[in-house]
Order: sequence, then C-alpha cells, then structure tokens
Amino acid sequence: MTPLLSVQGITKRYGAHIGCADVSFDLYPGEVMGIVGESGSGKSTLLNCMAGHLTPDAGQVVFDTRTDGPRDTITMSEPERRMLGRTDWAFVHQHARDGLRMGVSAGGNVGERLMAVGERNYGDIRDKATDWLGRVEIDASRVDDRPTTFSGGMQQRLQIARNLVTGPRLVFMDEPTGGLDVSVQARLLDLLRGLVRDMGLSAIIVTHDLAVVRLLADRLLVMKSGRVVEAGLTDQVLDDPQHAYSQLLVSSVLQV
Amino acid sequence: MTEYNFAYLDEQTKRMIRRAILKGLAIPGYQVPFASREMPMPYGWGTGGVQVSAAVLTPKDTFKVIDQGADDTTNAVSIRTFFQRTAGVATTTATSDATVIQTRHRIPEEPLHEGQILVYQVPIPEPLRFLEPRESETRKMHSLEEYGLMHVKLYEDISRHGHIATSYAYPVKVEGRYVMDPSPIPKFDNPKLGDMAAIQLFGAGREQRIYALPPYTQVVSLDFEDHPFEASKADHPCGMCGATDSYLDELIIDDLGGRMFVCSDSDYCEARQATGHKGKDAA
Ligand SMILES: Nc1ncnc2c1ncn2[C@@H]1O[C@H](COP(=O)(O)OP(=O)(O)OP(=O)(O)O)[C@@H](O)[C@H]1O
Ligand SMILES: [Mg+2]
Ligand SMILES: [Zn+2]
Repeated sequence: MTPLLSVQGITKRYGAHIGCADVSFDLYPGEVMGIVGESGSGKSTLLNCMAGHLTPDAGQVVFDTRTDGPRDTITMSEPERRMLGRTDWAFVHQHARDGLRMGVSAGGNVGERLMAVGERNYGDIRDKATDWLGRVEIDASRVDDRPTTFSGGMQQRLQIARNLVTGPRLVFMDEPTGGLDVSVQARLLDLLRGLVRDMGLSAIIVTHDLAVVRLLADRLLVMKSGRVVEAGLTDQVLDDPQHAYSQLLVSSVLQV
Repeated sequence: MTEYNFAYLDEQTKRMIRRAILKGLAIPGYQVPFASREMPMPYGWGTGGVQVSAAVLTPKDTFKVIDQGADDTTNAVSIRTFFQRTAGVATTTATSDATVIQTRHRIPEEPLHEGQILVYQVPIPEPLRFLEPRESETRKMHSLEEYGLMHVKLYEDISRHGHIATSYAYPVKVEGRYVMDPSPIPKFDNPKLGDMAAIQLFGAGREQRIYALPPYTQVVSLDFEDHPFEASKADHPCGMCGATDSYLDELIIDDLGGRMFVCSDSDYCEARQATGHKGKDAA
C-alpha cells in the first residue's frame, strides 16, 4: 500500500539551533500518528514543516495526491501547496482564534472552505455548515453567531468543523485539547475519536498529553531535542517504553 | 503664489503615475502601488483621483468633475477649479463633451464613448480588507486567485439581512482574474463597468494604489446562484425629468416628511428636461 504521507529526513534549524532533525516516518491511510515529547522537543516545528507552514532545510514530505499520486509537497509550487491546504489537508491550531475568523459567523467560518473551492449556492453552503455544527455538537441556532460568543470548547469544535467540511484526507493537529478544562477536553477527545473513525481520517496529532495519544493514536513518535528517539505502536510505547527518555516521559505522567 | 507646472505635478511625478496607469491597464483590476504625492487638499477630497487626472490631462482636454453625480458640490467645484487654474483646461458639465471625467460615487448615466477617460476617486482599494487586514496576506490571495473570502463577505451579508445588503462598493471580478473594488459607486452602476468604451482609471491617494479597466473589459459582479446580483435602485421615476432608467437620490422637500426622487446625475436630468421631458414634481 502507498503511504498517504511519507516523511523523509526532515530537518529544520533556527540559526545554529536545531528545531527538528532527520525525522522520517510513513503514515498510511486511516492511521493516526501521535507525536509526543517535552516542551521544546520540536513537535510543532516538525508539524509545521509537514503542513507547509515552515520550509525545512532538508528532507521530503511526500503526499499521495488524488490526481497525480505521490508528490513532494516541499518542492511543489506554492499555489499547489495552498490548494492542498484548503482541500485534502486540514490544520487544527491549539488556539481556536488562530484557526477561526473571529469576526465572521459560525456558518461563515464553516462555509469558507466550501466557498474557497468554488461552491456558489448560498442555501447549500448554509445547509452543510449547519450539518457540520451538529456533527461537532453545536446547536444549529448558533449558526449566525460569532465565535467570540462561544466557550473555549465550542470554539475548538467550530474550528474542527471548519476544517473537516471539505472532507480532507489528512488532518494536522497541534495540541488540539491544550488550554481547555479537563472535562471539556474529554468531550472533545470523544468527538475527535468519533470523527476520525467515521470519516476514516488520517491524522497527525502533536501533544504532550499522553492521555490524548492513548485515546486517539495508532502509533507514536517520541521526540527529544528535535530527534525521534522512539517509534512504535501506541500501546507498546506507553506500556513498555524502550528508550530511557520514553520511560521517563511515561513514568512522569504516571506520577501525576 | 508661485507658478505651477502644467496640472500642478512636476513632469517626473506625472511620468511615474503614467507608468503605474499603463501597468494597471496592462493587468486589468490589479492594484499597482505608486508613490502618492501631497496635494493641496485633504485626502478625503480624492487626492488619488486628482493625481491620476493630473497625469492624463493634456492642454486640449475638456474636464468634468462629478461628486455623487452632481457637478456643483463643493468637492466637484474645487477640483474643477483646481485644474482650470493649474492646467488651464476647458471644463464642462456635459458628459458627452468631456474627454476626462473625474468622479466620486457615480458613473454617468449617458453611455461613455471611445476616447473618454473616467477617473474614480477611491478611498479603500482593497476589496479583501474587510475580512483580512494583513496586507501581505491579501497580496498573496490576489496573486494566487484565492477569493473564497470575498464570498464569505457576501455570505455574511445574506445570513444577517436575508439578502446581499452590500449596495455600494460591490465587488467585481475582472476578466475572470482579479477581484476589484469599484470604489463606492452604487451597485446600480456595476453593469456599466463592464464592456465600457471609455478607459476607467482608479486612484487611491492615501493607500497609494492605482488600478484600471481598459475599454471593453469583462467585469462581473460577484454573487451566489440562489442570490444573484441585482442592480437595484429606488422604484420610482425621476420627479423632475420622469426618467425610469436612472439612479435616484431621495430628497426631503418639506418639514412634513414630503419626499421626492431625482436623478443623481444632474447633467442627465437637466439634458432630459431641456428636451421636454417632465416628471410629476417638475414646476
Ligand atoms: N521561531 C523560532 N525561532 C527560533 N527558535 C525556535 C523557533 N520556534 C521554535 N524554536 C526552537 O526550536 C525548538 C523546538 O520548538 P518547537 O516549538 O517545535 O517545540 P514543541 O515540541 O512544539 O514545544 P511545545 O510543547 O512547548 O509547544 C525549541 O528549542 C524552540 O526554542
Ligand atoms: Mg508546540
Ligand atoms: Zn431626472
């Protein structure tokens, strides 16, 4: 089977400082990959390199495109990459306000990607937006309200709806539950797990919360100082970590 | 007062502006940056339009200025006087006699002909500004033709008002490529933008942008399939000349709330009255 995403030798430096170094892995359709590691270990740098928000200094990010098969997204043209960014790819930011238009209604936020790919029927766009609000458990009556009037958890769910409405094949998430109350986190995780299953989504989730990957990720990458120190099936890595750093990471969580 | 160069601006500045205009004509709807100069009038008075007029005027031109369709507002009179003084050009109020027409908020009712230039005063040239304040991002959106956001604006309009409530500065797409702000003309005027025989030049002074539509350019107003664009106007005939096809201003005529609808294009209305057309409110 062709991997949906094949990452090879991704390296990103900030001056002399290493953001991430020589990261390689394959992601297969329907798979969820978790990336864990302490603060500053290079998780966001890696994610942003893969999603086209940062240009790595070395490496390839090969995506299995619908029309042309596997293509290196780093060397493809910017218009092509941005087109992927609003069709087959989705990006969920940690802070909902980075991923939403706060001055636009919930319906407009969800409808934006539809309009960006050429949908021009107001009624259809609104119906799809309303349907998606329902799928992320936001009442349809809020469709014309701005996200500024939403709670943090609702904003995050709206951001997810806005990203998934065009049926992307790959979702990048950076700490999607970060900054939310524990009970709100649990509900969001349940929702994400349901969506990932129902839509057969492939996803890459960055988090420092091992409970998140335990619930969502099929496989894990453990990062330290910009490098992958351990990779494997989630349960294996969490229950029987091999690398000393992974052992520390797992045990420190168990102590909490 | 010292002596001015023809049309106030020095030749080098005019050449710089003409280059921007030519580039604008070569890429219809594309906003060309230019180094806007201080003009001896406040920004709100259309210094962008004034600089464009200064760059295109020749001694043989006949100049007309309209503000909301009228030749006799303070703004129109002072710009007309400015070029009378600094360029010594002939002026007129008759649309068909003018070779260069500077305008704010209207396109004349009478179809323009080849050889004429219509110069618009533009306050905000960037149609995407409303939803995306970052200039770096809007420039990228234009260059990559990412215009989904423009429809988000119209979507918001419909969700709030039940219909597209934008009635001025209604966004258009030029030759299937650039999305453009036609300046705050009423959307009633939008259909005149397309396929026009005259050259249309747009000048934004404070924002330092010039853009243009060469003659016979395709201009399409953005809309939704189920909310199509409509060039609406008040549903009345003109009280003075009886015209049913012109854009109307609503005037309050007494303390009792009496109202009257009159052509906003004063030259059009007067010309019709002069040839015997009469509305119900005409004396
Ligand atoms: N814009 C930048 N300029 C310079 N150094 C940076 C920049 N962004 C990140 N770094 C550095 O690169 C390293 C990796 O940072 P990154 O943000 O990828 O870590 P992270 O694993 O996402 O951390 P966190 O869990 O805190 O979000 C860190 O040492 C960080 O200080
Ligand atoms: Mg991070
Ligand atoms: Zn009239």
